[in-house]
Amino acid sequence: MSKMKSVYGEPKDNYTASLKRKSVILTIWFIILTIICLLPIYILIVNATRSNSAIANGISFIPGGHLSKNIKTLFKDINYNTVFNVWIGYKNSLLITGISTVFTVFFSAMTAYGIHVYDFKLKEISYTVILLVMMVPMQVTSAGFVAFMLKLHLTDTYWPLILPAIAAPAVVYFMRSYMKSSFPLDIVEAARIDGCSEFRTFISIAIPMMKPAIAVQAIFAFIASWNNFYTPNMILVSSKFKQKTLPMMVSAIQASDKFTDYGAIYLAIALSILPIVIVYVILSKFIIAGVALGGVKE
Amino acid sequence: MASAAQRRIKSISYAKYGYLFILPFFIVYFFFQLWPLINTFILSFHGNGKDGLDAFVGLDNYKAILFGGSNRAIKMVHERFFTSLANTVILWVGNFIPQIALSLSLAVWFTEANLKIPGKGFFKIVMYLPNIITAASVAVLFLQLCGEAENTPGALNQLLNKIGVVSKDAASEKYDTIKFITGVWQSRGVVMFIQTWMWFGNTMIMLMSGIQGINPSLFEAASIDGATSGQVFRKITLPLLSPIMAYTLVTSMIGGLQMFDIPYLYHKDPNKVSNDLKTVAVYIYEYFHDQVDPKMGYAGAASVILFFITLILGCIAFYLTRDKDEIAKKKQIKKNQQQTSMVGKQFGGRF
Repeated sequence: MSKMKSVYGEPKDNYTASLKRKSVILTIWFIILTIICLLPIYILIVNATRSNSAIANGISFIPGGHLSKNIKTLFKDINYNTVFNVWIGYKNSLLITGISTVFTVFFSAMTAYGIHVYDFKLKEISYTVILLVMMVPMQVTSAGFVAFMLKLHLTDTYWPLILPAIAAPAVVYFMRSYMKSSFPLDIVEAARIDGCSEFRTFISIAIPMMKPAIAVQAIFAFIASWNNFYTPNMILVSSKFKQKTLPMMVSAIQASDKFTDYGAIYLAIALSILPIVIVYVILSKFIIAGVALGGVKE
Repeated sequence: MASAAQRRIKSISYAKYGYLFILPFFIVYFFFQLWPLINTFILSFHGNGKDGLDAFVGLDNYKAILFGGSNRAIKMVHERFFTSLANTVILWVGNFIPQIALSLSLAVWFTEANLKIPGKGFFKIVMYLPNIITAASVAVLFLQLCGEAENTPGALNQLLNKIGVVSKDAASEKYDTIKFITGVWQSRGVVMFIQTWMWFGNTMIMLMSGIQGINPSLFEAASIDGATSGQVFRKITLPLLSPIMAYTLVTSMIGGLQMFDIPYLYHKDPNKVSNDLKTVAVYIYEYFHDQVDPKMGYAGAASVILFFITLILGCIAFYLTRDKDEIAKKKQIKKNQQQTSMVGKQFGGRF
């Protein structure tokens, strides 16, 4: 743009002025949107540090001094720590999320590699099937899924939450597109000539080369699995408290009539979103870039 | 060109490795996705007994859901399905329109090169933040913010009181509160707001990457010709963005039909989802998840209906937003080919 200006002479003053005015107005509008985005979270954090009566009496934007008392209520009071125990929640969610994230990226990379590198009869058909599956929503299959899991006696176990992570069509699609652009087949041939076995080629050559794609997809798989409420809620039915994931515990707050202390409720909600917000703050640049990448793919 | 060794290697068939590499995906896919889908279809043709699989009843479940019947229980099944379908559509439309308007305008402003806006990266990061927060936590959080007890108006009503929207009776110290949880349209409005709040950042970033994919020389040419930003938006950005808009529309629509977490959790009364917020996903869930008396047949049939609605909507959206120029071009090419072949025939195939 600046080059153009020098070629075509200085733009008229009122043009620059109107641009400046527009920029200022838009900046104000963006600041308002930022406040709307952050306000609920800010009030959540502030209220987590205030006492029950203070919250009931009025809204405040200055943190109170009741954080330690709220922590005490949430962790020590039997009425509260039998409904919401943040350590058990973290542990269970981390276990399920961690394993399924590894499964998702590893097996998706493997499937994409298989389709990309080898020539076999069913290659095109299998890729088409994967693309078709991408569109089927989870809610459509869930009735059959639950009925099937009941029959296998797999409800109230973590298997139905972890194993399906192996088949993630959208991730396979992403990895395949990535491989198309940045994984030359010559490397595989070179590895073969050097006597590298096929699986070894995948593990020690393909995976390191695909690190950027794997990192992006791992972040998204982690967030999706961590936030998942629907599947655990339908699989862990008669569930013991010790088995529940974090989103299930948060939803239990809402159903419980023992949770009467507002400060403790806000603290519980704040603790439930804390890990994911920390992850986001650290990785936000990657995440935004990853979302943008997802937009181009269609 | 290839050396002897390379040729020998090429002659070995590696096909079996291909199958080996994709095998885990397809085994898991079969057991955890394809079979459940087929099973849902099977369930939809069977009764609603306790163990899930009862006698074969043909299309009875579909008939009950779509047309109802004289029986009071069946009538309920029918009415509740259409209420939930209407709720789903209302909640989806109510969050999609503001969401796309907001995201599209933001995406255009963010990518406009001659505007000087500081901290674009920061704004993007903040606007995407609501999307990664656990939906269950968001629902419970808004329930707390919007909720009110007997003597306390709740955080949101207090905030509105400070701005001056909600009045406070001086004598009785009572607030004239807005019923954000029990009111029909108020609660729907809150759910729409939450959905927009959570998703506009995501849509914005996707549209932005779409706009950045447009050839910049088009924008330059337009600005040299003296086009206003409105003209640029209407004549360049919007037409060239339509494939990504279609993608956004379809994914949002499919996501909207799946809407579950927030409508399911946003209610005061424990264990009873508000009837004004009950979506199709909640309807299905309540049938198959019922611990005392699960009705797998109805759940299955409703799922199959949802499946076909998704399919049809997807097709319509793609049809409406397909690239018309491309199609016209293809038609022209075909026409030309036909003409040449006809000309060829006229001259005895010498062409």
